[in-house]
Amino acid sequence: MKVLVPVKRVIDYNVKARVKADQTGIDLANVKMSMNPFCEIAVEEAVRQKEKGVVTEVVAVSIGPVQAQETLRTALAMGADRAILIQTDADPEPLAVAKLLQAVIAQENPDVVIMGKQAIDGDNNATGQMLSALLGWPQATFANAIELSAGKATVCRDVDGGIQNVDVALPAIITADLRLNEPRYASLPNIMKAKKKPLDITEAASLGVDLAPRLSVVKVTEPPKRGGGIKVETAADLVNKLKTEAGVL
Amino acid sequence: MAVLVVADHDNTSLKDNTNKTVTAALALSNDVDILVAGSGAKGVADAAAKIAGVRKVLLAESDSLGQGLAEAVEALIVPLMANYDAVLTPATSQGKNFSPRIAAKLDVAQISEIVEVIDGSTFVRPIYAGNALETVKSSDGKKVITVRATAFKAAGEGGSAAVEVIGAGPGAGKTTFVSQQLVKSARPELTAAKIVVSGGRAMGSAEEFQRVIEPLADKLGAAVGASRAAVDAGYAPNDYQVGQTGKVVAPELYVAIGISGAIQHLAGMKDSKVIVAINKDGDAPIFQVADYGLVADYKAAVPELMDALTAAGV
Ligand SMILES: Cc1cc2nc3c(=O)[nH]c(=O)nc-3n(C[C@H](O)[C@H](O)[C@H](O)COP(=O)(O)OP(=O)(O)OC[C@H]3O[C@@H](n4cnc5c(N)ncnc54)[C@H](O)[C@@H]3O)c2cc1C
Ligand SMILES: Nc1ncnc2c1ncn2[C@@H]1O[C@H](COP(=O)(O)O)[C@@H](O)[C@H]1O
Repeated sequence: MKVLVPVKRVIDYNVKARVKADQTGIDLANVKMSMNPFCEIAVEEAVRQKEKGVVTEVVAVSIGPVQAQETLRTALAMGADRAILIQTDADPEPLAVAKLLQAVIAQENPDVVIMGKQAIDGDNNATGQMLSALLGWPQATFANAIELSAGKATVCRDVDGGIQNVDVALPAIITADLRLNEPRYASLPNIMKAKKKPLDITEAASLGVDLAPRLSVVKVTEPPKRGGGIKVETAADLVNKLKTEAGVL
Repeated sequence: MAVLVVADHDNTSLKDNTNKTVTAALALSNDVDILVAGSGAKGVADAAAKIAGVRKVLLAESDSLGQGLAEAVEALIVPLMANYDAVLTPATSQGKNFSPRIAAKLDVAQISEIVEVIDGSTFVRPIYAGNALETVKSSDGKKVITVRATAFKAAGEGGSAAVEVIGAGPGAGKTTFVSQQLVKSARPELTAAKIVVSGGRAMGSAEEFQRVIEPLADKLGAAVGASRAAVDAGYAPNDYQVGQTGKVVAPELYVAIGISGAIQHLAGMKDSKVIVAINKDGDAPIFQVADYGLVADYKAAVPELMDALTAAGV
């Protein structure tokens, strides 16, 4: 069974994003970039399924600038077998990403795609569902457990109010939620080995997908700042303030 | 311009998220219809018909719609979009599951989790865990939008729209529902509650979480939330998680106990009206957003708080 894992290079989750003074976007100059945390979880899951003997090949794919090669090397160091960079300096919207992934899937014919539920830059939570709709493959989003067997995947999903179990026929799209697993740190020997694993580069423009954005950014602003709060000395003070000053009790 | 709002419900009751999404829809158009896709959901449709400003309620019923399978909901809605210029869905886990599929089938962008309507094609949405607000203008003919319900006031009652039963669409095909376990709780729903009491990693165990957080929530009539650390450690169920990737809440009062205030947690609660933090570390980042901070060990502070509330007649 072959698994394709789309991974995105994004701002590191520990870094606080800063809005550019000219309101055109987020300042990413000299900011630490990493693999999107949900994509890390997806890679980890694919590698664990391989270690269990269910999966035979894990292919990581990223759509992004030349630096996204580092993200792919991280996936290789975690245990992916090979990697594909669909290179573009545009930052394609989820719909365009889904179409590019559809083109990659036509060439790679994976049995299952495991990807993140959300990229923590745009916070769209859309690409997996779009890809599933475009391909006519079933989807199981927000997975907290995945069991792969011949021809189907049984997925436990995190939903509002609890959990839902579904079966999807393969090939299928699965998106990873936080509880699915805890990604490993790549060991030094594996980081060295990853340098020798194959990483193919294709120009996004060569895939015949319209990358033009449908949404134009009018401006990016800082959210309103909260007014400075105060420290109270005791629980009684707190209750008093909540009652008389804040009026919320 | 006509707008379709997809109702949030559990087949039995209509959720307040629907009323809030109607408010966003009414900012776009006066012709707002509501779709109730479910099974055994006639009562939900009747409730939706009472929302003020609604033109018509569509009711579609089948097993796969009742199970909320994304493929079935999308296959129902896409043909309906011939009659609508926009479809608005509350950004719940259910809405997030099917809405992007509709966008892909219509070959348009999804505009995710809007918090403001500027005009018919311009919307504001949080990005980077709410550290920035992006104003985007859509060039697509039809708009597919998910709505962060906490950012909109609920539309009131007083409507008397007609309920029209429509076909259920082709179903889900390659996805089969197996089972689900939903937590039944007598508490108010997290995203709609006026007060939320949340516990963090400091609780140390599920027993302690229950011992400390639940009685305080009971006393305040509050919903219970948790940080991811508390959820990960199994102190609280997954659907308690507040944050960038959990639930977004904006109650009148949010009480964070033993929560440090990581960016990802703040993303889910920093629009609360009043924030209280109890943390023994005076430098914890949660104090930067707290209106009232109490630097104390929760083990002493929470019982004192309970007593003070009782003394104050709460
Ligand atoms: C992709 C991604 C998504 C995430 N999404 C979310 C999300 O949606 N929601 C979320 O919450 N997190 C999320 N996180 C995790 C987030 O980064 C933090 O790790 C998490 O919020 C920390 O939880 P915490 O504050 O309970 O724990 P900690 O950061 O460990 O804080 C515990 C706090 O308790 C205090 N404390 C300890 N003992 C006591 C005591 N006796 N009395 C009083 N105070 C005490 C400590 O001073 C400390 O400040 C996400 C992370 C990633 C990578
Ligand atoms: N540029 C990209 N390259 C590879 N995968 C991506 C890209 N953008 C999004 N994805 C995948 O889609 C998931 C959801 O992203 P989003 O819909 O943007 O929140 C991510 O976790 C990735 O798995």
